[in-house]
Amino acid sequence: MNDAVITKISGPLVVASGMKNANMFDVVRVSEQNLLGEIIEMHEDRASIQVYEETSGLKTGEKVVSTGAPLSVELGPGLIGNIFDGIQRPLTEIMKRVGNSLTRGIDVPALDREKQWVFEPCVEEGERVYGGDVIGYVQETDVVRHKIMLAPGIGGIIKEITGGTCTVEDVVAIVLDEKGTEHGVGITQKWPVRVPRPYAKKLSPDSPLITGQRVVDSLFPIAKGGVAAIPGPFGSGKTVTQHQLAKWADADIVVYIGCGERGNEMTDVLNEFPELIDPHTGKSLMERTVLIANTSDMPVAAREASIYTGITIAEYFRDMGYNVALMADSTSRWAEALREMSGRLQEMPGEEGYPAYLGSRLAQFYERAGRVVSIGKNGREGTLSVIGAVSPAGGDISEPVSQATLRIVKVFWGLDSALAYKRHFPAINWLTSYSLYANSLGKWFNENVNAEWTSLRGKIIALLSEEAQLEEMVKLVGMDSLSPTDRLKMESARSIREDFLHQLAFHEVDTYTSSDKQYMMMKLVTEFYEKSLAEIEKGKDIEEIVKLPVREKIGRFKYTAEDKAKEEFDKIIAQLEDELKEKGGSN
Amino acid sequence: MPKEYRTISEVAGPLMLVKGVDGVAYNELGEIELKSGERRRCRVLEIDGTNVLVQLFESGAGINLAESKIRFLGKQMELAVSEDMLGRVFDGLGRPIDGGPSIIPEKRVDVGGVPMNPAARRYPQEFIQTGVSAIDGLNTLVRGQKLPIFSASGLPHAELAAQIARQAKVRGTDEEFAVVFAAMGITFEESDYFVQSFRETGAIDRTVMFSNLANDPAIERIATPKMALTAAEYLAFDKGMHVLVILTDITNYADALREVSAARKEVPGRRGYPGYMYTDLASIYERAGRQEGKKGSITLIPILTMPEDDKTHPIPDLTGYITEGQIILSRELHRKGVVPPIDVLPSLSRLKDKGIGEGKTRADHSGTMNQLFSAYARGKDCKELMVILGEAALTDIDKLYAKFADEFEKQYVSQGSETDRSIEETLDIGWKLLSILPRSELRRISDEFLDKYYIEEK
Repeated sequence: MNDAVITKISGPLVVASGMKNANMFDVVRVSEQNLLGEIIEMHEDRASIQVYEETSGLKTGEKVVSTGAPLSVELGPGLIGNIFDGIQRPLTEIMKRVGNSLTRGIDVPALDREKQWVFEPCVEEGERVYGGDVIGYVQETDVVRHKIMLAPGIGGIIKEITGGTCTVEDVVAIVLDEKGTEHGVGITQKWPVRVPRPYAKKLSPDSPLITGQRVVDSLFPIAKGGVAAIPGPFGSGKTVTQHQLAKWADADIVVYIGCGERGNEMTDVLNEFPELIDPHTGKSLMERTVLIANTSDMPVAAREASIYTGITIAEYFRDMGYNVALMADSTSRWAEALREMSGRLQEMPGEEGYPAYLGSRLAQFYERAGRVVSIGKNGREGTLSVIGAVSPAGGDISEPVSQATLRIVKVFWGLDSALAYKRHFPAINWLTSYSLYANSLGKWFNENVNAEWTSLRGKIIALLSEEAQLEEMVKLVGMDSLSPTDRLKMESARSIREDFLHQLAFHEVDTYTSSDKQYMMMKLVTEFYEKSLAEIEKGKDIEEIVKLPVREKIGRFKYTAEDKAKEEFDKIIAQLEDELKEKGGSN
Repeated sequence: MPKEYRTISEVAGPLMLVKGVDGVAYNELGEIELKSGERRRCRVLEIDGTNVLVQLFESGAGINLAESKIRFLGKQMELAVSEDMLGRVFDGLGRPIDGGPSIIPEKRVDVGGVPMNPAARRYPQEFIQTGVSAIDGLNTLVRGQKLPIFSASGLPHAELAAQIARQAKVRGTDEEFAVVFAAMGITFEESDYFVQSFRETGAIDRTVMFSNLANDPAIERIATPKMALTAAEYLAFDKGMHVLVILTDITNYADALREVSAARKEVPGRRGYPGYMYTDLASIYERAGRQEGKKGSITLIPILTMPEDDKTHPIPDLTGYITEGQIILSRELHRKGVVPPIDVLPSLSRLKDKGIGEGKTRADHSGTMNQLFSAYARGKDCKELMVILGEAALTDIDKLYAKFADEFEKQYVSQGSETDRSIEETLDIGWKLLSILPRSELRRISDEFLDKYYIEEK
């Protein structure tokens, strides 16, 4: 097999002959420089290889060696808090070894080989174990208790197991299978990225992923185990929204994939997350985060792999029984990488040059999300929620990537440049966005937050859509010709937009709102509408209602700290009633 | 002595097919020798067995299939760099054209660049005062940012870029700076405007110019931005200077890219531009930034003209997805006589939030910025309504917003191309304008700052 040589080079695509014995999707080493690649097409003994590194300087006739294994990731302690490239090379470690630039052919193992972990076994010698069973724990960070699982496919009797300090290369247990073969088990396992990790059964999502973002939680919630898409033109705040979700979502583990995006955005996450405190655990956010970075200047073929690398890591934590949230920013860049390789393979293009299999690839990716029961004894229930950003060309979501995504996802947060220009953030358009989980999760909110939740949500959505219709009318006849009740609707809807939906990511209080406070805010804006409506029907002048001082209080309520919210809420409700009474009736 | 081949078998547009070649590397630089002895440069674009597809950097005129020779130089395209480059003018391929001596290189650098490890980047957060209110106050530029100017034909983007280059400073510092200017397919006049402007301020001695004008071979432009950024990287990361790079005009660069792609008969993406244009542009723009352990920085201002003023055209669109914001010029404001005609609402600086506030600009900056944006947006809506229905249709408060929008354009945005405003002046003008509105409307500013800066009507 050593006679395999390069015969053609075209950008990241290399064709090699003499590859008869290689398998599809095997990882290969290209040339003396040991560039990593993956076989994506075979014709007789010629293999088309996508190379994950820059191919400048390669020559025909250079050797190609297959490793005989598919592209895999290493799963074990050391993932959390780390930043990897698209094929799971640790970027901080690479920086220590070769400096600030990413030179080619670097071979650094994904997980730190030196680091000592403390392994606590939880099974005993002689016990029967199956693939997926937890055999012990490693406390990876203050927050994450890493469950060491037996890799799927291995099972038998524990012959030996030792606790104590170990590295990722050490064998901590020996499992004797039915055939009498001994398997040495360490605290890590390998898994091919393109194969979804197995689970016992899939369940429907039933509880919300609380994000602390008002427009998301209150209006368009996403379930734990659900899938959502955020399409939007540039500058509409996709990345800030993704960052906000990565920061505040009540997941146990967050995997953030920066796929073909800006280098500085990853730096921002790297700088900011260690400093931020997770409201659910009180520890640094970095202690639950894994970053995958293939920035837009990094090789395009690795971009295609980065999505799979990320989701495999996410599935691994899901199998431990954790709630995992995965953010992919942006899936459009992944699709473009697919298109580039497809073009170089001279495949017949589908729409806009994208390959015909774009839709099915996207669907396969998103379908790896869900709420599942793991394999093994006492199946653990874990969820994997996927939130994908989409960057449609020109902001027009009729393009293939957006459309293929919308066919799969259950939650659509449509970003709107018109809102972004007004600096209404998050610029999620309340008229076009939807969540198919709204009804099922509404029940959860009614039971766990406040019984009024769904009715308040209904009122708010109704007011907002009425505002859109009234606005059309105002454009024709002017504000003055509206009836007092319609004026009140307009004013109330404005208050919903400005006082409730608008949320500043950079304000220390406003950046996260608990569900309880969200309920109070919804209550305030709807109370204002309903109480005022009653007064107007009694003949009160709308101009006076518009000028009530309490409205400024309602507007500032979002900046009230969580622990003072209830007290302030009661005060505002009382003030609202007073002011309406005081000036009401007689006028 | 490298092997010479006389086996050029096809020339089509900027592409050439050479047969029977062995031992060449992908992306290798080649040299064609014409019958007349003239030499032209090219690079390897694809190798298929012994057939090699090369891309010319210069015109194909005069190439004779039988008599021309080609040899491969065993290296990739390089730029000889040294500090002596400051004050010099080069062509689009990095050869001196100002009549001066050739550069004695300190080293030769591959112009392709190597991707920066995202873990090694330093987040840009040092405020650059450009002296332009619409930028400093609302779309703040920071050191190491890439902030393009989206313009259109007939708009004064050159004046704005020159004004920024002239006035930009980081306050309280006195560090070495340099300007790298790359002209791609622009006219002599426009290029000369920049030269004059650099000369007036004395910045010319600290400027490296790469000049590929409208009458130079279009295909040469493909290498020009890479040359410029290679020089900038050397000055910033080897010599510790703060480098401002101006690339104009990216639209011409993208068109050259399209020409090569079309000649290769690649499956086109939108509007005939190649599917890999995003990656290609990113490999240019992403070279801006700051690095751990390095003193210097590269701040990048690419200028592009939007065909038909269309922001959704692939060139501005893909640029906007890569860069950290954009400054958009508006024809409407230009007609109104607003100088510079920056349309602040669709303009954006993504890095502003970490570059402003206490210790950087002033504590009230963030709140007033948001308030100005939302007030101006509402004011513009009101004005639109006024056009249709007349002033009488507006409520009292809406009239104030309309007035605010007018004054904002006049006083805040329109400052002329010579005025250099300090950030305090900019913020104070903002407060003066906000004071047109009643205090209760200013909900995005905290009470603390309203008490301090809001000007109550007497």
